[in-house]
Amino acid sequence: MREIQASQITAQLKALILQASYNIGPDVEAAVAAYKEKEPSPSGRAVLEQLLQNYAIAREEQVAICQDTGMCVIFLDVGQEVHIAGGSLQDALAEGVRQAYGEGYLRKSVVRDPLYDRTNTRDNTPPVVHTRIVPGDKIDMLVTPKGFGSENMSRTKMLVPADGEQGVIDFVVNTVIEAGPNPCPPVIVGVGIGGTLEVAALMAKRMTARALDEPNPDPRYAQLEQVILEKINRSGVGPAGIGGRTTALKVNIATYPTHIAGMPVAVNVCCHAARHAHAVL
Amino acid sequence: MENIHVQLPLDPEQIKTLRAGDTVLLTGVLYTARDAAHKRLVACLDEGRPLPFDLKNQLIYYVGPAPASPGHPVGSAGPTTSYRMDAYAPRLIAQGLKGMMGKGKRNQAVIDAMKAHGAVYFGAVGGAAALIAQRIVSSQVIAYDDLGAEAIHRFVVKDFPALVLIDCLGNNLYETGPAQYRLPD
Repeated sequence: MREIQASQITAQLKALILQASYNIGPDVEAAVAAYKEKEPSPSGRAVLEQLLQNYAIAREEQVAICQDTGMCVIFLDVGQEVHIAGGSLQDALAEGVRQAYGEGYLRKSVVRDPLYDRTNTRDNTPPVVHTRIVPGDKIDMLVTPKGFGSENMSRTKMLVPADGEQGVIDFVVNTVIEAGPNPCPPVIVGVGIGGTLEVAALMAKRMTARALDEPNPDPRYAQLEQVILEKINRSGVGPAGIGGRTTALKVNIATYPTHIAGMPVAVNVCCHAARHAHAVL
Repeated sequence: MENIHVQLPLDPEQIKTLRAGDTVLLTGVLYTARDAAHKRLVACLDEGRPLPFDLKNQLIYYVGPAPASPGHPVGSAGPTTSYRMDAYAPRLIAQGLKGMMGKGKRNQAVIDAMKAHGAVYFGAVGGAAALIAQRIVSSQVIAYDDLGAEAIHRFVVKDFPALVLIDCLGNNLYETGPAQYRLPD
């Protein structure tokens, strides 16, 4: 049994939130720069240039890349040999969020109740936490403080087996094109196929954080990602939705076995300020 | 593209000359408001109470800024998605509001109100929030402090970069721009 102090978890989470909020990943920055070279629309290129300047300013000044610093979503893989000491895991995570959003000048965007009491909680708590118990004696922590402009454009649909590959392509492509300018294109398209309603949605969110230069390990899905990406980029939506050929930077697909009767598909659209940070404790 | 200088509050005569796709630099005073503040503004109108600021010729920027860190007048402050304000915007336009700024599509009711009253919809680049904040000279909360990031701020901006997304004739860059670059399947 390895002991990890709750305070270590708080400190690690705080550091990851700040890291993600101020510093864009090198894969995202490289993709925006590469697409800028290929973008035929002058106003599209101007938007991509502004995004690159914005990443640089945020990094140099250590300020938020985007004012919408999200509801903090945390993926935790907890080794089964780990014992968390000195406090509850949930409290430790909430404290990490509180400290990062308070001391890091990040926006507090969480309301107490979705319908009847939309009062701001003033410290961005609670976070959304997805925990898995895995082999080993470590805690793997992935933080995705994603804005809601793009979260609002995300969708889940229960396709049926007869819909096939074409059904998946049409649903994903239409979701992104119909969102148009709203989710801050160029976007990263996280897709979850299979499992159940909630598993598909969770996979899709995880896929917004997969590195853009990391190909799908299954060549069939790597090919499908490419087909969907090209169709999206033929739509003309373009950077900021004002016209161009850079509507999406990447499509990332994850799959899970599913039921004989179904084929759930979830699409999580993520803006170009695709913020995430990862660490192992 | 030549930038057009626009002084705030807006001049109704200048609005008539702005066209979808124009790039502008905004200078002067504007007010921020998003979902919760809009709900309160329209409630004021419903109940016949005075608004916290005079809407005449004003520009409302749809933004909830991040808190200012030391040495900055405001934190990162890019636009939020505008369609969530569509339910409220026509009421405010009828009361004299002449400009809105955000990102994303608007519904037909908003566009109709803009055409009827000579209003304009500007866009700032979503996500370019640290860059945009450099053009905000000062920030002051003037109403609804309890809403936190959703409070109404009075911003003084200088050469704030924006685009005309929908003009007072209803021309829409979100339709004409993508149409130019769409490829057949």
